[in-house]
Amino acid sequence: MEIANIPFWDFFGVWVAALLTLFIFSFLYKDNPFYKFAEHLFVGISAGYFVGYYYYNVLLPNFWEPFYYQGRYEYLIAVILGITILFRLSRKQAWVSRFGFAFVIGCGAGINFIAYLQSNALAQIYGTITPLVSLVSGEGGILVDWKNTVFNLVAIIGVCSALTYFYFSKPHKGFLGGVARLGIWFLMISFGASFGYTVMARISLLIGRMHFLIFDWIETTINVINGNIAIGSTF
Amino acid sequence: MGLVKTMSSLDRRIIFLVVALAVIIPLLLPIGLPIKPTAPVKAFYDSTELIPEGSYVLISFDYDPATMPELQPMAISLLYHCFSKKLKVVMMALWPQGPQMADLAMEVVNQQLQAEGKPLPEYGKDYVNLGYKSGGGLVIIGLATNFGAIFPLDTNGIRISELPLMDKVKSAHDLQAVFSLSAGDPGIPAWVMVSRMAGYPTPPQPGETDITGKMLILGGATAVSAPQFYPYLNTNQMQGLLGGMRGAADYETLLALPGTASEGMDPQSIAHLVIVIFIIMANIFFFLEKRQEERKAT
Repeated sequence: MEIANIPFWDFFGVWVAALLTLFIFSFLYKDNPFYKFAEHLFVGISAGYFVGYYYYNVLLPNFWEPFYYQGRYEYLIAVILGITILFRLSRKQAWVSRFGFAFVIGCGAGINFIAYLQSNALAQIYGTITPLVSLVSGEGGILVDWKNTVFNLVAIIGVCSALTYFYFSKPHKGFLGGVARLGIWFLMISFGASFGYTVMARISLLIGRMHFLIFDWIETTINVINGNIAIGSTF
Repeated sequence: MGLVKTMSSLDRRIIFLVVALAVIIPLLLPIGLPIKPTAPVKAFYDSTELIPEGSYVLISFDYDPATMPELQPMAISLLYHCFSKKLKVVMMALWPQGPQMADLAMEVVNQQLQAEGKPLPEYGKDYVNLGYKSGGGLVIIGLATNFGAIFPLDTNGIRISELPLMDKVKSAHDLQAVFSLSAGDPGIPAWVMVSRMAGYPTPPQPGETDITGKMLILGGATAVSAPQFYPYLNTNQMQGLLGGMRGAADYETLLALPGTASEGMDPQSIAHLVIVIFIIMANIFFFLEKRQEERKAT
């Protein structure tokens, strides 16, 4: 039988990752030095990693290469604007950072205004304009599609009542109050659905970690001890 | 009396332990609960099936290792689906660690294709990894007119003019579909909103089977962010959506390619059941305690 092989550094990496995962999980019992160690290690390594990453993957290809090798001197304007943002760190000279922020906010607002208006406002209004009774052509002529009709009605009532809840120019009393209350119900249901999805996401992450601990760490280690997997001599 | 008090002040660590067991036990002893694909996932699968063989598609890896349990199974299944349909894949990322996620997914897909005796996709001819570019929406705008200006080099430092695949992909107009696997912003919202504004080809209408000259926008998202994308689906701004690990498991089921997402469905269901039971119990004991206090007061 051919014995599987795992490189030494891969096996070592699995052990480090497993121990750090357990250190982080230990916080669920109570705060402790192991958790603090893992937390600080994560923050430090992340900061260091991203400084290096951004230097090689953002600063060099986006600025230095076009500036130095292609003579694109206009790129210097972006760098100067970027440097002005760092003045935020000084109390006296913080006003200089406004130039950089003004550029970022101006560009961001300009691009996002049109994008949000098209996709999140106009397209949604268009999507809400649906026939109250949905019809389909079948063998017996034109029939009412009850499922779609109910969906359309719920969508229209939901949109109108939720919008009414956010109408503050008149007191929410009488008919208006009733519709606003219905809007609250629709909002609560949507919040509940979002919360359900959030719980699902967190459990998924827990499953991912448990899968790693059980199969990548414990099972591999047992296989190494039993001789079913050999640790590679290559480093 | 004693039970109500004990349960009302139950140590939260006991709840953590029960939830952990609800995840660990089904992982070790799978039950094999049935997985029935949902409508957005079927739409994702059916839309991908509409793409003609040999077409060029773009996959944007807009996530990092923190969301791997949810998004990596989607990436593996999607790449497998694309190569099974002989699509040419352009990979890129709007998140710094996206290119590494793409490479890891490719390793698994290559192992799967090798195990099935299928030909392995060739780098530069069947797929390319253009790497990460900062800028989010601005990158998407740039790709509408010129890929080379945004990505002059791939992740290996090769000029994209030297990659045969990129001879045919000069701008977004040469693509038949954009897939974004997204853990936040920039991700699906940027692709949906900015591509529309930047003049990318329009998506096909629902029910349309000939998608020549059209461009599909499809997404895979974490479960936390999935609900906010349903309005895009309902208005045909997106043609399909994989939401969280459940969406990934549905997609694996449709492809008949069971992976880590399908394995995760038993623990997911059991953990949800445990949480529902805890919520019901908490409410019952809350009202019982309240009634006891009212009785004491009278």
